[in-house]
Amino acid sequence: MAAIAPAQQVRSTVELALRGKKRDIYGRVFQGALLLSLLLSLAILIVLLGTALADAWPVLSTRTGDFITSNVSRLDSRAGVRQGIVGSLILIGFVAVVALPLGIAAAIYLQEYAKDTRLNRLLTTNIRNLAGVPSIVYGILGLVVFVQVLRSITGPNTFGRSFISGGLTLAVLVLPIVILITMEALRAVPKSIREAAYGVGATRWEVVRSHVLPYAAAGVFTGVILSLARAFGETAPLLLVGAVTGYLSSPTGRSPLEILQGQYTALPTQIFSWSRLAGDGWKANTAAAIVVLLVIILVVNLAAILLRNRYERKW
Amino acid sequence: MATTTGDPGLSIRSLQGSARRRRKEGVVRYLLLGAAAASMVVSLLIVVALIQETVVFLANVDIGSLWSGGWFPRRGEFDIMTIFIGTMLVSVIAMLIAGPLGLGAAMYLSEYASPKTRRKLKPILETLAGIPSVVLGYFALQVINPSLVRPLFGTTSTFTIMAAGIGVGILTIPLVASVAEDAMYAVPRALREAAYGIGARRRTVTTKVVFPAAVSGIVASLILGFSRAVGETMVVAIAAGATSGATRHWNPLEPGQTMTGAISSLAIGSDQVKSTTGVNPFDSLFFVGLLLFVITLALNLLSERFVRRVRRDY
Repeated sequence: MAAIAPAQQVRSTVELALRGKKRDIYGRVFQGALLLSLLLSLAILIVLLGTALADAWPVLSTRTGDFITSNVSRLDSRAGVRQGIVGSLILIGFVAVVALPLGIAAAIYLQEYAKDTRLNRLLTTNIRNLAGVPSIVYGILGLVVFVQVLRSITGPNTFGRSFISGGLTLAVLVLPIVILITMEALRAVPKSIREAAYGVGATRWEVVRSHVLPYAAAGVFTGVILSLARAFGETAPLLLVGAVTGYLSSPTGRSPLEILQGQYTALPTQIFSWSRLAGDGWKANTAAAIVVLLVIILVVNLAAILLRNRYERKW
Repeated sequence: MATTTGDPGLSIRSLQGSARRRRKEGVVRYLLLGAAAASMVVSLLIVVALIQETVVFLANVDIGSLWSGGWFPRRGEFDIMTIFIGTMLVSVIAMLIAGPLGLGAAMYLSEYASPKTRRKLKPILETLAGIPSVVLGYFALQVINPSLVRPLFGTTSTFTIMAAGIGVGILTIPLVASVAEDAMYAVPRALREAAYGIGARRRTVTTKVVFPAAVSGIVASLILGFSRAVGETMVVAIAAGATSGATRHWNPLEPGQTMTGAISSLAIGSDQVKSTTGVNPFDSLFFVGLLLFVITLALNLLSERFVRRVRRDY
């Protein structure tokens, strides 16, 4: 016992000398400020959702089902988001069919095939810059190419302002994002997997097809879902390629091609045009449409995040 | 192809594998290359479309009207400075919000949070990143302006550049945070441990070791955030007002017009009436689009320069 006491004494003396007498108040304040800046984002989210729900309450409490199944109307008490939801889903279908195969194929080439040549570096730089181009510029691209030049294909009777134009514009918009996300997922697959496959005589495509892609699938899938969610909420480019902001008759008894070449609207476009109308009724409708949009997007994002956490692989 | 090695059963050809397999390999390779090249086509189309229509506009317009008192397409006044100032005001206000908040969040996530809290806190930023800009526009108009800007600055306007700037700033936080966090996370552990080893505190390590080491990435995150703010459309279109035009001014507490806002209001037709000067106001949209494209491209290339410098150091 007597032998231990001096050792303890020495230790506490040393500790006191090392720690200094005053506590690190500035350090605590600094840490608190950093945490606060993160939590402020959370607070903004909560206020935003709370406001939308509160503003939407007059609509959601009295006619939720009616609001979701009604078409666009000039009367605020009868307007609904059915056409917007259906329109957005068709647009997203277009994006999925066009941008996903193209984007994933391009990413496979750049990550697995391309050697470090000047051309390939140019392609990668170009894609990274495309991802940073403002979405409204893609709208201008869509306006010139799909609405004006390709009018006879995209919408002969609607001045080119059709689902096809809108869908292709959104597809071009998310293409670079899909490529970058897929490249990152492919990069995360370790080299040893590829070398093991090459070692038993697989060709490059066989290596990619049966070894790299299966391991990268979860990452690719998550990224793809997130980029589709992003396309779902995009508004600005649709304003340029002619999404209808006012009244829209509902198509009946037309062939699928005629519908695709026909006029369209989308959920975010409806929100935008309603937000510009005066009156409490329209304000409640706008908020209710926002709630519908946020529920769809947040559920999809949550699913993607859960999926990633579930299948995330540590090498 | 007759290079047999004595044994007629084994030739180079037999080592090459089946011709069908090799043909398939070649076809797949070109298909994939084609997909990658498609992105190049998109860029070319953007540039061609913008330049071609801009030339049409510039050929018809009176050049003097590009430098007049305000942006009123319907009256044939296309003062570029008006909407450029508007864009700069919105972007600077946005970065005053997104810069500190984004960097603070990034520092906390990278240096203070344990892996477990990190996993719990990161979805906050990811959720915020998923909010569509049209929603933030409504939020800026209905909440930020009446309950924050008006009482704080004593203005009475329904639409203000300030509210739009704050809304754009909120949208930009996740981008700044994620790029800056990547940069700080990439600083090697050894640097931190060397500092801890000579008795540095966590705050000192964060501000004096990690921050300087990651400074290029942090600058890149701010430039990217600024570029994103310059290109943001819907918040401005809803909350900044001035859809029909604006005079040149520097006051963020008044309604104003930005480059993106000008394009969107031209597109939805509030300015589409043919002006008396014979120029189609609609065509000015392409000119503004080209300027916007050039500005954001320059900012993005600049930020990429900074990012590359981080990679070279470690």
